[in-house]
Amino acid sequence: MDLSLSDEQEQLVEAFRAFLAKESPPSLVRDAEARGGFDRDLWDAAGALGGPGMGVDPGAGGAGAGLLDLELVAERFGAALAPVPVVEAWVSARVLADAGAAGSTLLEQVLAERPLVATLALHAARDGVARLVPAGAVAPVVIGLDDDDLVAVDDPTPEPHAVHNLGGAPVADRSLRAGARAVLAQGEDARARHQRAVDEWRVLTAGVLVGLAGAALELGVEYAKQRHQFGVPIGSFQALAHRLADVATAVDGAQLLAREAAWAADEGEPDAVALARMAFLFAARTAQDTTAAALHVHGGYGFTLEYDVQLYLRRAKAWPLALGDPRRGALELADVLFGPAEGA
Amino acid sequence: MEFRLGAKSDSFREEVRTFLRDHVPADMVERAHDTGTNHDWRVHRALGEQGWIAASWPEEYGGQGRDPFEMTAMRDELRLAGVPTDGLGQSVIVARTIRAVGTEEQKQRFLPPFLKGEIIFALGYTEPDSGSDVAAAKTRAVRDGDGWVIEGQKMFTTLAHEAAYVFLLTRTNPDVPKHRGLTMFLVPLDAPGVEIHPVHTMGGERTNATFYSGVRVPDALRVGEVDGGWDVMTVALTFERGGFALSEADRVWQQTVDWAEGTRRPDGTRVIDDPLVRERLANMRINDEVARLLALRCSYVAATGAMPGVEGSMHKLFYAEAMTADAAELVDMLGVDGVVAHGELDAPVDGWVEHLYRHAAVTTIYGGTSEVQRDIIASRGLGLPRSRR
Repeated sequence: MDLSLSDEQEQLVEAFRAFLAKESPPSLVRDAEARGGFDRDLWDAAGALGGPGMGVDPGAGGAGAGLLDLELVAERFGAALAPVPVVEAWVSARVLADAGAAGSTLLEQVLAERPLVATLALHAARDGVARLVPAGAVAPVVIGLDDDDLVAVDDPTPEPHAVHNLGGAPVADRSLRAGARAVLAQGEDARARHQRAVDEWRVLTAGVLVGLAGAALELGVEYAKQRHQFGVPIGSFQALAHRLADVATAVDGAQLLAREAAWAADEGEPDAVALARMAFLFAARTAQDTTAAALHVHGGYGFTLEYDVQLYLRRAKAWPLALGDPRRGALELADVLFGPAEGA
Repeated sequence: MEFRLGAKSDSFREEVRTFLRDHVPADMVERAHDTGTNHDWRVHRALGEQGWIAASWPEEYGGQGRDPFEMTAMRDELRLAGVPTDGLGQSVIVARTIRAVGTEEQKQRFLPPFLKGEIIFALGYTEPDSGSDVAAAKTRAVRDGDGWVIEGQKMFTTLAHEAAYVFLLTRTNPDVPKHRGLTMFLVPLDAPGVEIHPVHTMGGERTNATFYSGVRVPDALRVGEVDGGWDVMTVALTFERGGFALSEADRVWQQTVDWAEGTRRPDGTRVIDDPLVRERLANMRINDEVARLLALRCSYVAATGAMPGVEGSMHKLFYAEAMTADAAELVDMLGVDGVVAHGELDAPVDGWVEHLYRHAAVTTIYGGTSEVQRDIIASRGLGLPRSRR
């Protein structure tokens, strides 16, 4: 057993940390939110460092990173609240690469020097329309389940209605029957591929939420050290310090679990799917609790738009909700742990 | 990264599992439950014969040089077999402290019988008026010729009725700041003047109050310097928090899942098909996995040669708080039957959920309360200013 990162992984993480510290400061996050939650320049620049093809096999033109490497990088994107849909792009590219010839044309564009934005509709479409697709407002390419088919649509002028939302994210309803439409798989195979992609999204989004929670915790801790009331730093009050200790513990646990889930997927461990669902649920809960604690530490200032901590709190709640009610998510974990319910 | 314990641990795990299959007495679990004494001499001596009382110690000290991951595997198997390990756990803390700070004579005298599983030690820190504020101990030790005379009272001296010695924190100098006037002794529990009174707990565990009245001990039983008891405590407490105490939660979780899969309700549906049951068991599995990973991280830190500090506190805090909350959920989940105790024929999950609920409350208290762990995490982990208490 070894919980350390390899030298290559350390370098990878450091490269993205430094890049995002410079290119995705809170001011950019705010500007991007005002413009719909996406920053094209950041997307292009990130692509130069390691774009959508990071997790695609070298044989298919990618960089061949495993889910663990992607998870480590996702933590950095989460910590910076970077307004670019990297997780959706990584997962979509892997779906296209796995689909072979059916996905090859789109894959080329997704792996191009200025990569096309591709995303994943997490829920099956109804009457051909997928509801509130992450990055749906900015991604020409959407992969999703339409009845019995796993399809990829390329709609260069989708003109989706970007929905003003809690997480400041570019979500939108998207038709899976518009634009150029490729069927990647059908029937059971389609559902299985979609499920696998959603579980990969869970692992990597867990990474994003772990990074987000860790960064929010730092904001809370720093503020608690500096802010004085009653003549002492407020961090010396147990009522406050203990709440931060609780969430710090949860953040460490969530990080270990997200990394274990990514590792298990790479290794083809039998419990990889269960771990993916566990990691996602725990990271979502932890991000919500941690950002709430960090905001509370800031007192009234934390509630004002001027302070950054509110950026974290809103995203911590909103981003995981893309997958729906977390209590239903627990039932989906139960399906893996205990098998489907009889008569369900 | 690598989350598997590794081949060495796997083969040791297999060895331990086989051993326990042959050496766990049929009535072990029932006897611990009925007596509240979480120590079984039969298993403990067998572990001693096997050389597994302190298997992690170097061979020259009577161990087998097992690495932290092999020890993790061993603890897993002991827990899964339901072996009561309170005696083992607390004795290892004392023995490691003797090994670290004891005299050569003390090592020769105490460690061999400990390693053979012939004696266990009790912890004598807590007093009626001092628990978390452990350095406020009032039990006095006064010089008397070559030795010392001890007067006082200790609380929660668990297993004093089975142990050979109590690791006793005493006050030798009342005129200096509280941390500076403490001295540690190993006091024989059969010495004249020692009284042991049982204290029964809500969790079913039996512990003790111990009384010391004119108890004479030779200076040779002093551990560490005179008035240097706090330094010894610091060593012992680090060992305690780095001990990755065992959580019973995952064993009861598995028992509950097995029961829910095999039990049908009057309407013919399986318990496990109820969404309220599924949701709770799924959430509890997440907490168990997080607790397991936080414990594994302690093993990993130990394997790198460091002592887990904040990591140990995080593990202790998380497993105790999560187990307490989860036990409450499990009892609720069983509905009206949730209250039925072990021993009743129709008790769901054999009553182990009800038992876990009663037991869980103490886990947030012993070995450093959750508040003590949070103080450590906040000050040493997060660098917050030391808290105003």
